[in-house]
Parts: sequence; structure tokens; C-alpha cells
Amino acid sequence: MATDVEETLKRIQAHKGVIGIIVVNAEGIPIRTSLDNSTTVQYANLLTNLTMKARSVVRDIDPQNDLTFLRVRSKKHEILVAPEKDYLLITIQNPSET
Amino acid sequence: MSEPEKKEVSDKEKETAKQDEKEKDTAQGGKKTPVSGKAKPGSGKRSGTPSKGNKGAAEKGRSTPKGNAKSKTKEDVKAPTPDPTGETEEEEEGLPEGCVPLFMSAKSQEIFSCVCDTDVTEENPIKVIMKADIMEDFRNRAAVCDFHPVKQEVQDFPSDEIVIVYDPDFKFGQNFYIAVTEDAKEKILNPFGPEGEGGEGGEKEEEVVYKYIPPESKDWVSHGSEKEIKEENVVENRRRIKISARRIRKEFGAPCNFQDRNVADAKDAYVECTAYEDRTFELKKVELDKSIQAVPELTEQGTNTDWRYPRNANTQYYPREFSDKEKETVEKSNDLQTFTKDMVPRFELALQQNEIMDVFFIDWLHLGDADGSFGNKADNHLKEYQSFTDLQFSKDRTITAIQWHPTIKGVVAVAVAEKLSFDERIDNCAKVIMTPSLILIWSFTDPIHPQLLLEAPDDIYSFQFSPSDPNIICGGCYNGQVVLWDISAHADRLKQQRGSNRNKKSNVLPGFEDPNALKTPVVRYCAVSSIENSHRAAITDIQWVPDHMELNRMGVPQENKSLQACQIMSCATDYCVLVWDTRPVKGPGQLITAKETDKGPKNPIGVPNTFKHLDLSWKPILKVALHKSEPGGDHSPTKFTIQERQGDRGTLGKATDGTDLSKEAAMGGGYYTKPGSGKDKRTLQSVKTHFYVGTEDGEIVYVDWMPQKDQDTGKIQTPKPDFYHAIHDGPVNTLQRSPFFKDVVLCIGGWTFTLWKETVNSGPILQSAASTVKLSAGHWSPSRPGVFYIAKVDGSVDVWDLLDKTHEPCMTQNVSPVPITSLYPFPVSQKQHLMAVGDNAGTLHILEIPWSLRQPTANEYTGISNYFEREVKRRAFVVSRWDFREIEKRELEQEHKRKMGIAPNVQLTEEEIEYRQKQEYAAYLDEENTFLRELGLKDDDEPLPET
Repeated sequence: MATDVEETLKRIQAHKGVIGIIVVNAEGIPIRTSLDNSTTVQYANLLTNLTMKARSVVRDIDPQNDLTFLRVRSKKHEILVAPEKDYLLITIQNPSET
Repeated sequence: MSEPEKKEVSDKEKETAKQDEKEKDTAQGGKKTPVSGKAKPGSGKRSGTPSKGNKGAAEKGRSTPKGNAKSKTKEDVKAPTPDPTGETEEEEEGLPEGCVPLFMSAKSQEIFSCVCDTDVTEENPIKVIMKADIMEDFRNRAAVCDFHPVKQEVQDFPSDEIVIVYDPDFKFGQNFYIAVTEDAKEKILNPFGPEGEGGEGGEKEEEVVYKYIPPESKDWVSHGSEKEIKEENVVENRRRIKISARRIRKEFGAPCNFQDRNVADAKDAYVECTAYEDRTFELKKVELDKSIQAVPELTEQGTNTDWRYPRNANTQYYPREFSDKEKETVEKSNDLQTFTKDMVPRFELALQQNEIMDVFFIDWLHLGDADGSFGNKADNHLKEYQSFTDLQFSKDRTITAIQWHPTIKGVVAVAVAEKLSFDERIDNCAKVIMTPSLILIWSFTDPIHPQLLLEAPDDIYSFQFSPSDPNIICGGCYNGQVVLWDISAHADRLKQQRGSNRNKKSNVLPGFEDPNALKTPVVRYCAVSSIENSHRAAITDIQWVPDHMELNRMGVPQENKSLQACQIMSCATDYCVLVWDTRPVKGPGQLITAKETDKGPKNPIGVPNTFKHLDLSWKPILKVALHKSEPGGDHSPTKFTIQERQGDRGTLGKATDGTDLSKEAAMGGGYYTKPGSGKDKRTLQSVKTHFYVGTEDGEIVYVDWMPQKDQDTGKIQTPKPDFYHAIHDGPVNTLQRSPFFKDVVLCIGGWTFTLWKETVNSGPILQSAASTVKLSAGHWSPSRPGVFYIAKVDGSVDVWDLLDKTHEPCMTQNVSPVPITSLYPFPVSQKQHLMAVGDNAGTLHILEIPWSLRQPTANEYTGISNYFEREVKRRAFVVSRWDFREIEKRELEQEHKRKMGIAPNVQLTEEEIEYRQKQEYAAYLDEENTFLRELGLKDDDEPLPET
């Protein structure tokens, strides 16, 4: 079954301009990554915090609502984050390359 | 008098009598009231008679004293008449001093026997009453007494007799007035005082009174009256209001027609002023007194903290990470798998969105760039900025070369030459020798006089400022000599501001002015190459070797450590390119010492000694002979270009030590084995020693300047060119590398221009169609990679923008009526690019380059480099097609021959051709004969001459 995960991640990775994919658990501990260790740790830590904050914003506005996707557009990259109860999937894409 | 009038008078008398009676009645009526003691003073005007019964007696009593009184008053009246009216007036005007008005009731009048019109009359109003009587009355009647108001005064009265005066006309408000002082009493009793006596016997004095005494003028003393006068004055303090009322003339005297009108509909004639309540009067003013005082509050507080000794402490953390085993367990968990499955569609959506288009691309930011390429038409033209011509030196000569001063802005140097062909030159030899050959240096500050003239042994066709020292100029002469100038002594003159050199005399003593101050100084060349070793034809191109490199005798590029440009390359149509070194032969470093010596005495002509060591003995260090690849002939260069560029230090980094040369082995010649030659110099490996040469015959030659050992002869000489193309239909006049791509060369010659890319040897990457007019010069734009300028013989300048179109110039502008000979655009400043254009009449035009031609468009560099790449690919394709066509051609030929049935590869000899032609001619004659015979023009019977 682990290969299933592998395959889906590969599918994402195959998209144009995708720089890296990180799977993080709820505590911000990286589980899978396609990047080097230090970047992974940094991304994992910072984006877990940001996503939790964003999620709390959405929930505070409407307790029945929930955050499903977070896209952070920067000059160089676009960071895509999908939070779920237990895990976080982070993808970094360079949109100008597409 | 007539009767009726008399009657009237009598009637009047009657009436008056009646009135008198009435008055009496009223007086009586008024008299009745005073019984109560409260009679009003106004009603009892002449309350004299107390009762009716007394009337007759009163009348009688009255009559007697009347006569006396009359006589007496007559006297009295007589006396005062001559007197000035002052006294009587005073009596009339005001209550005499010390008098008090007093009302006396009828009863009082009786008591004091001063009944009105009885005891006292108008004629005799004064009555003296004893003080004692009054005092008694006070006692009897107390407050009722009429004297009560003046009780005190009466009591205080000094004498026993008190005077009261009857006031029948109520002048002072009451029927009597009383004198309360002695003075007043005296005045009343004896009104005229001492004057009375004078009045009686003063008949004579009356004449004096009548005598006119002219008034004596006295100094006017101010008592403030003038102020009053001033205040009384009516002064106009504003303009008078003028009102003019007009009326139409026909309405004058027109009959009026009045009629009833409703108030409601007459708006013009009815003004209503309704009353309203003024609210301002309803305001009540309430005042409140309040006061406050601030008292500062003081608190005292204190705190105390323990000082703790600072200690170094640190903490270290590392991110929590799963071990591989943990990871594996997590990865295997179903949670993660469902999670990823859920997530993927969302991600794919987002990622694909980004792939399809950039949602956040801001069009506005990129909008502005597009403007430049189109621009407005008004800003698209070259604008005439200034033009220079010198009547003496440049008029009717041709401008052969233009150079901008590299450091001083607004200084342009121009070489001028005679407009003569070689033959004409020989014919007019004497004249040509006598006229000086000059380079004119112009400054924008003075459009009439050149700032400096550089004298040369012969006409200069090419020159250049030294890149490291702009005061050094090298030039190539028509006779093949290379010339050097040093203008350091005049550098200040070029830097001077507008006109200052013309007004310089101010600080010079009179009589000691420099006679040459107004003259343009002529700088003589300070070195010229030896004529034996120079070119044998006119030097058409001369360039300084970039200051970071130098060539040795073997053409090997080496590092120039001094970073002082010291080598010159020149070319002429004598089939060679020469390299010259300005340094003394002994070795580097001498240049500096030579410069030091030039501080010493100068030689007579005032030429600096900078290059004295070279003068007349200067020899080239390297000769690049341009032999054609095939035997028979050489290339005669007119222009050349090397890849190394001034200021581009990039090659220095790749320099290697001179000793471990890889090229050394290839050299073959034992140059590097010679001790001490270039020992400490590093070879610049990356410098390309191949260079382009444009020739007089319109060829472009690509050749290595490094001499090699010829395999046949064993001589060390320039190798054969890598390739050459005879592509231009006239001599090459411009060969220039793009300032942005050092491997792209613009070549102009004849009626066409070509673009070449180094490494593409098969041909130009762009070749223009032949222009209708011969092209005379060209130059790349210094700021736009895709733009270059081409001058034409008809006096116009073409602007080519390769990104805009490549089949025709994007703009053509006429600049001069005569052919243009040279062209040089130059960025004077960030905001001003000027183009110097020299024409065949010796005029230098300075044109301002419009913004659209100097401002590169967005991505112009990448655009143009992509364009060059595409052209290179096209070129490669063309080459491959050449081979293809060759094969195709061969095949076609073979097929053709097979069809003709002729044995392949048999070439017809000339005899055979002649034979065939004869056969064809015979066939033609036969046909002609039959045709003529048919027409009956030819007689068959005519015997043939042959037979």
C-alpha cells in the first residue's frame, strides 16, 4: 500500500514546475520529502504554523467550516498546502517555469 | 375806511370783550377750586378776584392804581428802552439768582395782602412782606403755609423784609417767586442799581452810545469752540447718491388709467412687512461665578530589585524527526493513504491552473514597455543639433573619419581630406602638398572655430583616440604612414567652457597678450612611422589594441600589465595588416620614462617628446599578409575588426602563464625559448586571434593573425584565410562588431550590407537586398542591440531595426544634400545620444537621436539574440540544402542524359558543336527556301550558283 502513496506523490511531482513535495504529520514532523533535510524542516515547521493559524481563522469565522487548501503566492514560488486532520501535504511550485 | 370794515372792527371788539368775560368766568371757576387749597397753577391763570361780590370793588381798586402804575411804568419803560435789552431778557429767560418760585393760594394772598391783580399787578409785581408775618403764618398754618417749601430760606433770611414778586404769566412755573437772598432782594427792589441814576441824567451819554466805535481786533483765544464748529460742520464723506429715473417718452403726459386690482396677484405693488418675534431678545443671560484651583498631588514610591549576576546560558534544539521505522509505520497506515488520495485532486487542480496561465500576472506592469517600440511619430526623427564647418580647413573637402573624444563631452574630432582621386591627386601634387592635412577637433562650445588642429604629413583617412590616454591620438595617412599626436598640452583648451578661451585676455598685462590667443593652435605630430616600413597604400583603418592585451612578434596575445594601450593595428590596401608598438624597442616600462623626459626642453616646433624614440624609425612588430587561399593574388583590406574589446577584462582571468603554453607547441617557431622575451607575461588563452577583414573588392575574409609555419616553404607567415566570401558589390567601408554581441559583425560595402556571426563560416546570417543608393558608412547603435545606422551617398541616413523589419530600414532621413562619408553615434549622456555625421562637403552634422531609437525595448537583447540564433539555424539548414541540391542536381543531370540517349559522361568537343550548328543552319536554309518558293518569291529555275 505504501506504493500507492508513492505513486500519487509521483503524479504530483510530475507536474510542470513542481520543485518539491513534503508530507508532514499534525505535529509538524516531516514524514516524506523530496527536498533536502534543512529545507524540509524549515518548510514543515513554518507552514504547519501558518496553516494552523489559517485554519483557526476559517473555523472562527464559521465553526462548521474548515480549511481545505492554502495557496501562498510569492515572487519566486507558489506554495500549496492541503491540511487534513492528521497530515499536511506541502507542494512548492515555480509557476513562471510552467 | 369803508363801512363794513368799521363794522368788522366793532365786531372784533365785541368778540374780544366776550372773550374777556369768558376768561373771567374761567378764572372765577378756577378761583372756586382753590378753596380746597389744591388749585392747579395752570387753571387759575389770573386768579385775582376772590369772589363775585368783590368784583366791582376789585375793579375800582384796580383802576386807581392802574393810573399810577401806568404813569410810573411809562417812566420805567422809557428808561429801559435805550438800554441794551440784556436785563429784561434775563428776567424773561431765567429765574433771577437767589429766587425760588412760590405758589401763593388766595388765602395766603389775603393774609399777606398781596392779592393778584389787586395788591400786586403785572405792572407792579413786587410786594414786601415782613419776615415776622411769615414766621407767624408758619406757626398758624404749619405745613399748609405757602411759604413752607422755602421755610428754611425764610428763616435764614438776614433782614426782616422779604420780597415776593408776582409772576402773572407763570414764567417760572408759579404765580409768585420769592427772593431768598439779600442780593436777589436788592436786585428786585432796585433792578437797575446804579444805572438807574445814570439813566435819569444820561441824556448826553445817549449820543455816545450811538457813536460807532469800530471794534478792536483782539487775539482769538480758543475755548474749545472751534471743536464744536468742526463737529457742526457738514462734510461729505461719501459720494452723493444719484438716482436717475427714466420714462419712455411716449408715456409722458399719457392719461392714467386706474382700476381695481387684487392684492394677491399684484406682486410688484404690494410689500408685506409682517411682524415677527425677535428671538435675540428672548435670550437670557445667565452668569455663573465659579473658580477652581489646582493643587499638585505628590506621591512617593520606591521599588527595589535584586541585581542578579548575568550568566551565559544557551539552549540548543533540533527538529523532531521520525526514524525510518516510524516513518514506515506511518506511511503504511491507512490514514495517510486516504489522505493522499483525497488531496491529489485538489493539488492537480491548483497545479494545472498554474500551468495553464499565470493568474497573478499583472498586465499593467508590462504595458508601459510596449510604448517605446511604436512611439509617437514626432519623437522618431533625428534632430539636427549642431553643425560644424570651417571655411578655411574643411570646406569643400571630404570628412574621412569621425571620433568622439572618449572623456570630454561635446568634443568631436574630424579628419578631412582632399576630394581627389588618385590621378587628380598626382596632377595637383603641388597644391596638395602645400595645403596642410589636418584633423579638426570641434567643441560644442564654439561652432565656428575648431578648438585644435592636428597637423599630419598627409591626409588622414582613419584615426583613433588612445583608450587609456585620450591625449594620444594615432592616425593613418594617405601615404601609408602611421602618425602619433600628443595633445596633453592642449587638453585644458578642450575642457574649457563656452567662449572662455576667447575672453582670456583679462588677466594678461596689456601689451603682453599672446598674439596667438585667438588663433586655433596647430599641433604637429610627434611621431611618424618610417616610410620604408609603413604601408604602401593609404591606411584605411587604424585601431588601438585594447589596453589589457598586447601582441608579441608572433601575434600571441599576452597580458598587458600596465593597462596602457600601447599597440596599434592598421590596415591598408597593400594586402597587409600591421601591428605597431608605441613603446621603445628595449622593452616595456620605457613609455613611462619617455614621458618623464618630455618635461625637459621641447624641440623647436613645440612638439612634445613623447614619442621621439619612434619618430621616423618606427617599424611594425607584426605583419599579417593576406594571401588568397588559391594562388594568384592577395586580399587588399580596407577594414578589419578583432574580437577583443577595450574595457572587457574577462579574458584576463583565463590567462595562463607564458611558460606553460599549450599553444607553444603548435607555434613551432622557437619564440618562447628565447630567454627574457615576455617571460613574465601571461598569455591570454581565450583571446580569439582570428579576425575579420573587409577588402576593397567587397570580400570578407576571416583569418588568423598568428603566423604559422608554412608547410610548403617552411617560412613563418600568416596562414591562409579560413574562408572568404566575395559578397559585396563594392569596397567594404564598415566592418564593425555589435557592442552587445562580440561575435556579430556588421559589414557594409557597395550597395549591400551583411551581418556575420563568428563560427558561421558558410555565409552571412543576414544579407540585405541591394539598395538603390550606394552605402557609404554605418555604425551600430550604442544602446539598442537590434539597431544600426547606415549612411548613404544621397545624403540620407537609414535606421535599421532588426526586430521591427529586416527587409527595409525602419526609417530613412535626409541629413545632408551631399554624400555622407562617415557616421558615429555616441551616448553623450544617459539622456542624450548624439550622432556625428560627416559629409563630402566638409560639414560635420551633429544629430540628436530620438528617445525611441536610444531606449532599448523590453527584452530587446534576448529578442535579438534569439533572432541571431534562428538565423544561424537557417544558415545551417541552407548548408544542408546545398548538399541536397548538389545531389539532386547530379541525379537530374543523369536522368536527363539518359532520356536524351546520349552516353553519359561524354563531353561534346568544339568541333562537334560546330558541326551540329552547321547542320541546324542547313535545315534552316532548306526551310526558308521552301517558304519562299511557296510564296513564289523564289524561282526554282534559277540555277544554283554552286552547281
